[in-house]
Amino acid sequence: MNTDIVIIGGGHAAAQLCASLVEAGLGRQVHLVCAEDPLPYQRPPLSKAFLKNPAEGLQAHRADAWYDTAGITVHRADAAVAIDRAARHVTLQSGAVLAYGQLVLATGTRARRLPQLPDKLANVAVLRNAADALHLRPRLAEAKSLTVLGGGFIGLEVAATARALGAAVQVLEVAPRLLGRSVSAELAAHVLATHRAAGIEVVLGAQLSDFEHDGQRLLALTVNGQRQAVDLMLLGIGAEPEVGLAQACGLTCGQGVMSGVVVDAAMRSSDPSILAIGDVTQFPVSPLWAPEGTQMRLESVQNANDQARTAALTLQGQHPVYAALPWFWSEQGAMRLQMAGLMPAPDSAGAIAATTRHRRSGATEASFSILHYVGERLLCVESVNAPMDHVMSRKLMEAGRHPSPALACDPAVALKSLL
Amino acid sequence: MPDITLIEADGTEHGFEAPDGVSVMQAATGFGVPGILADCGGQASCGTCHVFVDPAWADRLPPPEPHERLVLETTAVPATPTSRLSCQIRLSPALQGLVLRLPDRQV
Repeated sequence: MNTDIVIIGGGHAAAQLCASLVEAGLGRQVHLVCAEDPLPYQRPPLSKAFLKNPAEGLQAHRADAWYDTAGITVHRADAAVAIDRAARHVTLQSGAVLAYGQLVLATGTRARRLPQLPDKLANVAVLRNAADALHLRPRLAEAKSLTVLGGGFIGLEVAATARALGAAVQVLEVAPRLLGRSVSAELAAHVLATHRAAGIEVVLGAQLSDFEHDGQRLLALTVNGQRQAVDLMLLGIGAEPEVGLAQACGLTCGQGVMSGVVVDAAMRSSDPSILAIGDVTQFPVSPLWAPEGTQMRLESVQNANDQARTAALTLQGQHPVYAALPWFWSEQGAMRLQMAGLMPAPDSAGAIAATTRHRRSGATEASFSILHYVGERLLCVESVNAPMDHVMSRKLMEAGRHPSPALACDPAVALKSLL
Repeated sequence: MPDITLIEADGTEHGFEAPDGVSVMQAATGFGVPGILADCGGQASCGTCHVFVDPAWADRLPPPEPHERLVLETTAVPATPTSRLSCQIRLSPALQGLVLRLPDRQV
């Protein structure tokens, strides 16, 4: 029986899975198939330090020599193009065919683009991987102005970076608020005020039309009836899971916005020989963090790392249950946002549980946390420049503690003391 | 290209030549030194790349920024006056011979 483990993907999930399998002594059975040329690297800096400083290099998770020593066979710049489940092999772009005992899909997402624009306009960028960042960096350094389409994490992180570089920055968001998918309305309002105070123009409820290009560059668009020229544009309008390979070989995938590869709590897909991890998965959220039966796709480093650790156990024949507390963060200029837990999502009937919110003040106006409760249950804590609140909130939630809002928001009470 | 040494809590020593310009965290994880998690990728956000700087070196590093100090209050093993986040120590020839000790856990 073939015991080889083939991992398709080159992001955080794939890198962590390699590390976990090497720790388990299985490195020599691992083939890592990367569509990109660089070895797996840290993605969070791409919208911040890497973009700001032309001397900044990619940060590989593990050096070349580590893969060699570990016995991992790395296939670089050689995308997987087909999975044959009956024959149990993967075909790569180069024509190489890799047989597998177990296969792991860590294919992540791709940046969404605007259907009305050609993909290759020189002054329209997305930011998902190193090639995107290398494309954007010199253009951003030269740009007088940047138009960011989309008020999500990537868009706002790049907006803050561009502002720090001295560009005039405009953020266009079609929704009535920023960060609609990821944080509470209260936190979004603070983020909005902070960016505006830093001189970033933010247009909410933006109506966009009449994109004009010459096949090479985007020239202009109309925003709320006003015609404006475009110097450089970043599309930060979300990501779509890379499910092409999975769909083509008949694995069960979700529908619509939840279109990830469906996995169980052990990260197994509908084919027990194939696992999936990271941004591409649609997974059952532990009833600890969301109502029973909630399925979700999460784009975060935490989810990638912890699903990889879970998958490593499954690949060794164990029966783990993925139940890690979801947490994520974003750095936007001087704002460090850290979120622990999940805000309530609509249930199958479309209803959203009513939450109460409570503010825990920090040492300065720019440092605080917002605690969200459903009834007496602490569900989600959003921290701004308050890393201690974030870490302690995670520990409280992981320990199943639900301190009363009055206690948890008393600045004289250390959250640590409530554990 | 300074030679640096990381010592695990159990005494295991890892010595290697590290590239200039990258962080200690990046160099150490790149070489597969166990005991540094660095979940946040070097953004001084997660507090899982905590190291203790050897006393002989403590005064020879630039001091931590205010945010790093805040995160150092959150580490799994309590920080000491010589604690640093290894993602915030940039390697340079001046750090030839740097010695760092690792806590026994990061989470």
